[in-house]
Amino acid sequence: MNSEKVIFGFFIVLALTLNFGFFIGDIDSMAHHNVYELFAAIVVSLIATVLKFGDRTHLGAIFLATSLVADLQLIVAAFIWGYAAHVSAAGVDEEAAVAIVSFSGGALLANIISVVLLVAETMTVRR
Amino acid sequence: MPDIFYVLLRRMRTPLVVLILMYAVSVLGFTLIPGMDAEGKPWHMSFFHALYLVSYTATTIGFGEIPYAFTDGQRLWMMFVVHLTVIGWLYSIGSLLTVLQDPAFRKLRVEYVFQRSVKHLRTPFYLVCGYGDTGGILIKALADEGIKAVVVDKDENRINELELSDYIRRPLGLLGDAAKPAVLEMAGITNSYCIGVIALTDSDQTNLMVALTAHLLNPDLRVLARVESPELEANIRSFGTNEVINPFETFAGRLAMAIHSPGMYTLFTWMTGVPHEPLREPLFPGKGLWIVAGYGRFGKALHSRLQGAGIPVQVIEPDPQRAQAPQGTLTGLGTEAPTLLQAGLRKAVGIVAGTSNDADNLSILMTAKELRPDIFRVARQNQRDNGIIFDKADFNLIMKRGDVIAHKIFALLRTPLISDFLDAIRGNDDDWANLLVSRILGVTTDEVPYLWEIKINKARTPALYKSCLMQTVTLHHILCDPREREHLLPAIPLLLKRKGKVTVLPETDTHLEVSDRVLMCASYPTSHDMQWATQNENVLHYLLTGQETSGGDLWRRILQNR
Repeated sequence: MNSEKVIFGFFIVLALTLNFGFFIGDIDSMAHHNVYELFAAIVVSLIATVLKFGDRTHLGAIFLATSLVADLQLIVAAFIWGYAAHVSAAGVDEEAAVAIVSFSGGALLANIISVVLLVAETMTVRR
Repeated sequence: MPDIFYVLLRRMRTPLVVLILMYAVSVLGFTLIPGMDAEGKPWHMSFFHALYLVSYTATTIGFGEIPYAFTDGQRLWMMFVVHLTVIGWLYSIGSLLTVLQDPAFRKLRVEYVFQRSVKHLRTPFYLVCGYGDTGGILIKALADEGIKAVVVDKDENRINELELSDYIRRPLGLLGDAAKPAVLEMAGITNSYCIGVIALTDSDQTNLMVALTAHLLNPDLRVLARVESPELEANIRSFGTNEVINPFETFAGRLAMAIHSPGMYTLFTWMTGVPHEPLREPLFPGKGLWIVAGYGRFGKALHSRLQGAGIPVQVIEPDPQRAQAPQGTLTGLGTEAPTLLQAGLRKAVGIVAGTSNDADNLSILMTAKELRPDIFRVARQNQRDNGIIFDKADFNLIMKRGDVIAHKIFALLRTPLISDFLDAIRGNDDDWANLLVSRILGVTTDEVPYLWEIKINKARTPALYKSCLMQTVTLHHILCDPREREHLLPAIPLLLKRKGKVTVLPETDTHLEVSDRVLMCASYPTSHDMQWATQNENVLHYLLTGQETSGGDLWRRILQNR
């Protein structure tokens, strides 16, 4: 067992599960979506990105790319939330809620690809 | 993506994770700890406000702007955050600096920058291996002439010297062993803009390796190699179209020429001179006995050349047995008066101090001067740094090995016509050379004559090309002054090459044809006048017909219709 692999797998799967936890629920109601969960998803996603740095294989490059996509989607979602809550006059209305949740949905897709790649890589190693 | 970027990212993994965690913990803490608003009601900071607060705290800017006054719980957390973030940033920046300062990483970075610069070169360049005495002179000459060069040397000091040099078109330098093909590949040997490789390192083996690498990786490349041993010389000549320069042979050959045909020597020196070098007066050493001190590789080559020219030579050598010196060689260093007198200094016309030790050479010639102030003294200077004292010692002729070889290579690189010319005149006698020397003295200033090639083709001489197709143009036409065609430009056409056939000093009524190549010799400003005529249609038209034209298409058409 390789502790580096454990940490790597842990963060990638955790990024997906947190993302999923935030995404699930009614798309237009913020009551179904927890702000702490989004925060945790962003932090874990960022850490997962950093862990993927420096891998020069082709798979490593795709890992990094999917992670960067997830980061971008989640940060945009958080930015929309922050803007709606503090700057915009309308507050966090239905429109903002849909935007936030759909952006996190996009990130979810990127995270799923990440995990699929991880599983695929694991399957090829028969040790 | 380049290696260097991956290395940096991999090394920065831990500090970046620490930074992310530090921010996450600080922000999360502020959103969880209850605060109090202006009316005393419980209040929770949002993520937006918390991130804002941590951002300015962590960067030590510290606005102090907060929505409401902090509760003690928030203050406690703030205290923790201040220390945590400062330590976190210090650690991250410290790690980054450590990585950047790491010698291995710096080497990687330098190589990366070098490789990128080589890849971005968009002008033809020469790859020069070895930046020693010879390499230094050659690089300077190339830089002054506007020819780009890439230098490889394994001595760090030499490469640093190159970095600090003040050339306008600074050559790119790489620290590395030229014997390794990977280093040469990095230096652009496979680059399509690389036009030639010049191997000038001290080691014959390295030069052989460079020639081999060039032949295998880029067979069309022109290769010039400096090789000292005859076996390796034959080896390098055996594959590809390589040019080999034996420094001792070249150097001794030139010195022997200075002694037996000084006119030819002057001509050779000028033809291979670096542009803007001051002109040296022609020399006239006497005919008679010559004393050669030192019978090393150089002394041997010189001895055989002088013998071939029928000049009597007396050799002085400290160890004649080992050096396999000829019969009648005197044993001694030559620095002391008795040996020199025994060698026949009283009746000799000249003395050559040709040992590989500069101090000995100086001492031999100083002693000789004491005994015979009027003798022709030739010094061999080995180290470039000793130039100051050699110049001060007032010898008749100083032969610098680096100079001779660098100039020869430079002439070969500048235009192949120069070596064609030198090959063609090799058979001529000294009187012929003296005549040409005086003619050249008439057209040049106090600088070495400037040599350039006029090639009649569409790209380089469009006006001349067009005229040659339509009418008869003679050499006389382009020799006229573009400002006043009654006058002739002070220039000498040295050589005309047509379809592989070479004509030395072509007559001025020679008709020019397309794809002719002419080697011209004049002062530097004159070369510009002549280039003007060959490239500008209106100027050439004036030279051919004496009529001035304006260049407009409409005007030309009206004139044609009339």
